[in-house]
Amino acid sequence: MKKIFKIAALSGLIAATGLPSCKPKDTANAVSGDAGIKAYVAPGKYDEVYNFVSGGFSGQMSVYGLPSGRLLRVIPVFSNDPEKGWGYSEETKPMLNTSHGMVPWDDLHHVQLSKTNGEADGRWVFGNANNTPRVARIDLTTFRTSEIIELPNSGGNHSSPFITENTEYVVAGTRFSVPPDDVNGDVAIDSYKENFKGTLSFISVGKEDGKMDIAFQIQCPGVNFDLSRAGKGVSHGWFFFSCYNTEQANTLLEVNASQKDKDFVMAVNWKKAEEYLKAGKGRKQAVKYAHNTYSEKTHSATSEIKTEVIVLDSKELKDICYFIPCPKSPHGCDVSPTGEYIVASGKLAAVIPVFSYDKMLKAIAAKSFDGEFEGIPVIKYESALYGEVKKPGLGPLHTEFDDNGNAYTSMFVSSEVVKWNIKDLKVIDRQPTFYSIGHLCVVGGDTKKPTGKYLIAYNKITKDRYLPTGPELSQSAQLFDISGEKMKLILDFPTIGEPHYAQAVLASVIKDKSVKMFKIEENAHPYVAKGEKETKVVREGNKVHVYMTAIRSHLTPDNIEGIKMGDEVYFHVTNLEQDWDVPHGFAIKGADNAELLIMPGETQTLKWVPTKVGISPMYCTDFCSALHQEMTGYVRVSPAGSSVPLKFGTGVTKPEVAAASK
Amino acid sequence: MLFTWIFTLKLTLINTIMKTLTVLASIMIAAIFSSCGGEDKPKTETATAAQEEPQRMVADPVEYDPKRGEGKYTAESLALSNTLDEAKAKLGEDASNVKCTSCHKMTDEKLVGPGWKDVTKRRTGEWIMNFITNPDPMLDKDPEAQAMLELCLVRMPNQSLTDDDARAILEYMRKNDGLK
Repeated sequence: MKKIFKIAALSGLIAATGLPSCKPKDTANAVSGDAGIKAYVAPGKYDEVYNFVSGGFSGQMSVYGLPSGRLLRVIPVFSNDPEKGWGYSEETKPMLNTSHGMVPWDDLHHVQLSKTNGEADGRWVFGNANNTPRVARIDLTTFRTSEIIELPNSGGNHSSPFITENTEYVVAGTRFSVPPDDVNGDVAIDSYKENFKGTLSFISVGKEDGKMDIAFQIQCPGVNFDLSRAGKGVSHGWFFFSCYNTEQANTLLEVNASQKDKDFVMAVNWKKAEEYLKAGKGRKQAVKYAHNTYSEKTHSATSEIKTEVIVLDSKELKDICYFIPCPKSPHGCDVSPTGEYIVASGKLAAVIPVFSYDKMLKAIAAKSFDGEFEGIPVIKYESALYGEVKKPGLGPLHTEFDDNGNAYTSMFVSSEVVKWNIKDLKVIDRQPTFYSIGHLCVVGGDTKKPTGKYLIAYNKITKDRYLPTGPELSQSAQLFDISGEKMKLILDFPTIGEPHYAQAVLASVIKDKSVKMFKIEENAHPYVAKGEKETKVVREGNKVHVYMTAIRSHLTPDNIEGIKMGDEVYFHVTNLEQDWDVPHGFAIKGADNAELLIMPGETQTLKWVPTKVGISPMYCTDFCSALHQEMTGYVRVSPAGSSVPLKFGTGVTKPEVAAASK
Repeated sequence: MLFTWIFTLKLTLINTIMKTLTVLASIMIAAIFSSCGGEDKPKTETATAAQEEPQRMVADPVEYDPKRGEGKYTAESLALSNTLDEAKAKLGEDASNVKCTSCHKMTDEKLVGPGWKDVTKRRTGEWIMNFITNPDPMLDKDPEAQAMLELCLVRMPNQSLTDDDARAILEYMRKNDGLK
C-alpha cells in the first residue's frame, strides 16, 4: 500500500493533472490527464497495432487494435465456435480431431508471430493447446486456423509455441512429464522418477506454405517445462526452457515442487541436435498423433493420423542439453534483442537472474559444472550469471524488451510492472497494475528490433475495474505508454477467456495482405455449385446432398420436398457473392449443431438429421440486404417409406417457367 | 473520373477570371475552409466544391455522362463491332451462369435484378461494362442505376469480374438481344 501511494503521488506530480497530491482514494489516480488522447482512435480510423491475445480457457485467439483496445476479431482455434460454424460444419470438424477422437475444447496460453531475421513477418501466428497437446498455425491473410498438429509423448503443452528467428522450428515443451507413448503407461503414479519423461518437440515449418511437421523430439528427465524462448542474434541455434518441479514430485506440487532454492533453465543446442539427427542418432518411436490441415481451395479440412516420431535422448547425446540453476520455480525465460542475455523469472524468487550467453558458452567449454542432474551437466550458477536485478518486486513472471535497452518484467505478487536497464540491471520505474499481472507484451518486445511505444499488462484479477457483471468478470488488460522514462497507464480494456501471453505488431506488417473473398472460379470443393444452374438435390440411399447457392437475397433451391425420416441431409451451401464483407449464414430448424457462416466464394456444409415429420424452415442468418428477411425456404419432411418424390427449386414466379424439378 | 475533373477545373478557371475580386476572395475563403475537411480528396474536386452547390446525391448532368456511366470504359476503348463473336458469347454465358443468372433472367422478367432482354438496346455497351465492373460508385451517382435500385431494393453486388469476363458477358447480352 505504501508503495502504491508513492507511485501514484509521483505520477500525479509528473503529469500535473491538477489532482491534489494527497492520499489516493482509488486506483484511477494512477492515470494522467492526457491518457484519453493517447488511446483515442477516431471513428473510421485504423489502429496502429494488431494485438494477438491468447484466449486461455476459451481455446480461441482474439485480435485487438491498439491503442484503442477495440476487439477486432475472435479467431476460433481449439474450441468449437457455433457463431462461425467452426467445429460444426463438416468441413471444419476434422480440424479438431486428435488421437483421442474429436476434442472440441482446449486452453490456449501463448501466441507467437512467425519471424524472419528475428522480426515479425506477418505471415502466421501460432497458438498452443495446453490440455490435449497441440500447436495451431493461423494464416494472417485470412485470420483463420490453417493447421493443427498434435504432440505425442506430451502431457500438457505449456512451453509452446515459441519459435526460432527464421521460423525454422516451433518448439513445444511438455508441462507434465508422463511415460512415453510407446511404453505401457499403466504404472504407479509415485514411480515418477523412474518412469516419467519430459519431451521437447521441434516442429519444422515449411518456408513457403508454413506446413508443420514434427522434425524431432528430445527426451529429457521428468520435470515440468514451463516457458521457453529461442536464442536470437548471437545465440541463434540455442533454445532456453524454464523448468520447475526438479524435485520430481507427483503430488501436492504446491509444496513439494517448491522445496529447492534453485530449479533450472535448460539450454538446448538445437543446431547440434540437427547434426545428431542427420547422423542417424535418433530413435524411431511408434506413436499416434493427428495432423489436421485446412485448404482454402477445397474449403475443407483433412485429418491424418501419423504413427512415428524420431526421438533424441538428452542423456546419451551429451552436448545438446545443459542445465543452469535458477532461483526458484522459474516461469519466464526471455532472451534480450541482441540474444546475449537470458532473463529468467523465478516466480518465488526475490531477484531476477540475468544469464550471459557468452559466459554460458565459456562455462561449457571450461566444464565449469556442478555435477549432473539425471545425466545432464549442471553449469555453475555464477559461471553463467551476468548479474541479478536486486529487489525488483515480488513474483517476477515474464520479461519483454523495448528499443532503448530496457526490460520490463511483470510482478504477479506485488502486482506491478518493473522497468529496468539490461546493462546495469538498475530499476528505472515501477507502475502498479490492477490487479495481479500475469504476462506482459511490448510491441515487437520479443524480437531483435522491438518497436516499443506500448506495453500491455494482462491481469489475472479484475475485481472493481468495470461495472459488476455477477460473479464472473472479464479479465482486464491495461495499456501503458512506454515512450517516456516513466510508464503511463492510458487504457483498461476487457478481454475474452483468460489471456496469458500476447504479441503485438505494427498494423502495416499485416493489414495489406488481408484476403477479401475467395474466387468462385478457384473453388475446388467437391460439392460446390458454381452458379444456380449447378444446384441440385441428389439422393444416395438415406444420404441426401443439397447443392445449394446463396446470393443476395435468396437460397437455391429454397423449396425441397421428398426428404424422409431417417435421412441424413447435407446442405452444401456456396456463397456466390464476390465482394468483401458479404457473408451469408445458413440455419435450419431443429439442426443439432450450429449455423454455417459462408464467406464469398466459399462452400460450407451443414449436416441435418430431421427428427420430425412436417415443414422445416431454413434461412440466411447473417443480415445481407434489404431483402435479407426474405432469404428463406422450406424443407418438407415425410415419414420413412413415404412416396413423396424428391422435388426442389427456387423462383417459380410465372407458370410458363415453372420448372421446379430441374 | 479524371476527365470530369480536368473539365470542371477548366470551367472553374474561366469563371473565376470573369468574376469580381470580392467574389474571388469569398471563393478563396470557402476553399480554405473546405480544404480542412476532405484531406483524402484530390485538390481539383475541393476547388469545384468551393464554388458550387453543396454535395448532391446524383451526378451533375454537366459533369457526368449518363450514357457512359462511371468507370474505365468508353465507346472508343470498347469499339464494339456490328457482328457477334460467337465464341466470346459462349464464354460470357458460362461466366454469367456463375456470377449473374442467380438474379437476372434472360427474358424481360425481373427476378432480383431486371431481366436482360433488350438491355443492350436500353443502354450503351460502355455503360453496361462500367456498371458491371464498377457497380458501387455508379449506384451512388448514376440516375439510371439509382432508379433501378429504387425498383429492386438490392444493390447490385460487385462480383469481381475480370475485364475479359465482363466483355464476354456483354457479348452474351448482345447475342440474347438478337445480334448475329
